[in-house]
Amino acid sequence: MATPTAAQRAAGTALDFFTTMILLLIFAIGCEVSTTAWAESGKFTQAFMDWLRSLDPTLQDVLAALGRAILAIIPVFAPVPFIIWYERRLLSWMQDRIGPNRTGNITFSRTSKLIPSFLKGKKFKLFGLAQSIADGIKLFTKEDIMPTKTDKFLFILGPLIALFVALTLGGTIPWAGDRRFTPVADINVGLLYVMAISSLGAYGLVLAGYSSNNKYSLLGALRASAQLISYELAMGVSLAAMVMVTGSLKMTEIVAAQEAPLLGFIGFLPNWNIFTPFGLVSGFIFLICMFAETNRPPFDLPEAENELVAGYHTEYSTKRWGLFMMAEYMAMFTFSMVFSTVFLGGYHMPIRWEAIGMDFMAGIERSYLGGLSVMMLKGVAGLTLYIWVRATYPRFRYDQLMNLGWKFLLPVATANLIVTATWIMISKVYGAAPGWMFAIGLYAVAIAVYLLLRSKKSRQYLDTRAVDMINQPARRAPEVVEPVAEVTA
Amino acid sequence: MKITPDMIVFAMLAGMAALSAVGVVAFRNAVRSALCLVFTFFLLGFLYFALNMEMLGITQIVVYTGAIMVLFLFVIMLLNLGASHVLEEKSDPKKVIGIGFGVSLAVLLASQIVPVLIKVNAPTAPEGFGSPQVIGNVLFTDYVFPFEAVSILLLLGIVGSVLLAKRRLS
Repeated sequence: MATPTAAQRAAGTALDFFTTMILLLIFAIGCEVSTTAWAESGKFTQAFMDWLRSLDPTLQDVLAALGRAILAIIPVFAPVPFIIWYERRLLSWMQDRIGPNRTGNITFSRTSKLIPSFLKGKKFKLFGLAQSIADGIKLFTKEDIMPTKTDKFLFILGPLIALFVALTLGGTIPWAGDRRFTPVADINVGLLYVMAISSLGAYGLVLAGYSSNNKYSLLGALRASAQLISYELAMGVSLAAMVMVTGSLKMTEIVAAQEAPLLGFIGFLPNWNIFTPFGLVSGFIFLICMFAETNRPPFDLPEAENELVAGYHTEYSTKRWGLFMMAEYMAMFTFSMVFSTVFLGGYHMPIRWEAIGMDFMAGIERSYLGGLSVMMLKGVAGLTLYIWVRATYPRFRYDQLMNLGWKFLLPVATANLIVTATWIMISKVYGAAPGWMFAIGLYAVAIAVYLLLRSKKSRQYLDTRAVDMINQPARRAPEVVEPVAEVTA
Repeated sequence: MKITPDMIVFAMLAGMAALSAVGVVAFRNAVRSALCLVFTFFLLGFLYFALNMEMLGITQIVVYTGAIMVLFLFVIMLLNLGASHVLEEKSDPKKVIGIGFGVSLAVLLASQIVPVLIKVNAPTAPEGFGSPQVIGNVLFTDYVFPFEAVSILLLLGIVGSVLLAKRRLS
């Protein structure tokens, strides 16, 4: 086949673009129709709703909760194979290799008589998407090995707890604007719920490491519990600042508070927390803690393979290892959702459609599917960041990890909390302008204090203490020798 | 007495919590005991949920299940405590006396609590009772002094532990 000319390429691109646009349009109309259909109710829907209303109110509540739970679990559970494929492909693209790109491709024979003539020589591409499914089948059909002298009950319980945490983490996240479908429970401590559930995640890792009866697993488990506890603090304090700005722990109210005009006067942009100075600092801290909570690189010390074989899941194989993997990817995805709920305006697009008179788009935003797809896009953006960071940064040393958590993130988060509180109080008492001036002044003071503390003398002092404690020969990074680039044919 | 869904949920949660509380004492393995305690705390959180006290329940899970018990497990694993292999005495007076004390304490508590609660079928908390706003208001107005005092106490604990840990360095 001849290589396509530039004109052909351009035509192909244009065709792709138009197809995408048409698909998007169909999708948008579908969202609109689905909401109106639900609101105006066809006969079937009406009959179904009548039947539901005829039930016992307690049973109604239970059914509604079950339905919402399923609707909350599917968007986390279903994309896992795609997430794994996405990570492997993106990572390999960043590392200049190819990655799984052809599992599931079917090329029909040109000559065989068994193939119908219209299929002869045809290729069907799946872009390697079947790789995750193949891996899953392999994992679930392999021989199940459990080492002797393990604590069997806890060995089985560990991955189950990890999965439980990953599945229940999104229980209070509003996935879309439609309150009939989401969130599962709009309790008035929604953000604390996320903190509580994510703190349970330590148990899965700790029990797995302990029950394996393996030195390396135990070390991984110890690291995991210490790391999770350390980073939870900074995470909680950074979220507390956002709770103060919103005035509520309810996830839906945190989203609703971000619908206001940006900084109070830019009409067409929403007041996403990440665009405010306090939210920017909080979001930065939360992002780092998010990486640590999900044990992703550069915080994957619990499974550091050059030190601990595979850390807490050294002895795991088959289904149970698969459960750990699934839990990790689901937790990544859900934490991205939490980030987008608290800092990126939840299921809203970055433009206030009502303010510029585009009610059609606003309707899409409010519908279930529309809001859900915006959230999913934000989740994918979060995943991309996870993978990007994984491809960019090397793993921390253990003392670096602890220093970052306790000596940098926690003080910065606390300073941010104090500045935010002061800003809120002064804005309330003296008006907006003095509040902003005072906040900027306090930030300046905080940065000055930080720089003072980081001055050379104190840094040397801190470093000598650190060296004393873990007895390390050298603190300075070895000089990096630029590798000579060699192009092999 | 009419059996309501609330009561069924309560009976299940309370029964499991009580069973795992017994497990804390009954298990030989320290990790198993600690896990039973974790489960008890977790279920207590759910009991609070059932009583419309979401704030208290979540705090229970964050503080006890999520933080304190993880540290407990951490220490137990660090010391690598397995099941203890202590020889059992044939006639142990400690056991009899302990059971006696335990039963008398239970009777004492029950005599105070049961007469009050015997007629209660369902939780009756007023709307908004124990919500974060209410707790925050009370904590920072009426009870601000005890609140600050407790926080200073905790700070003292931190400083003390740092002092103890650093002493051998100098």
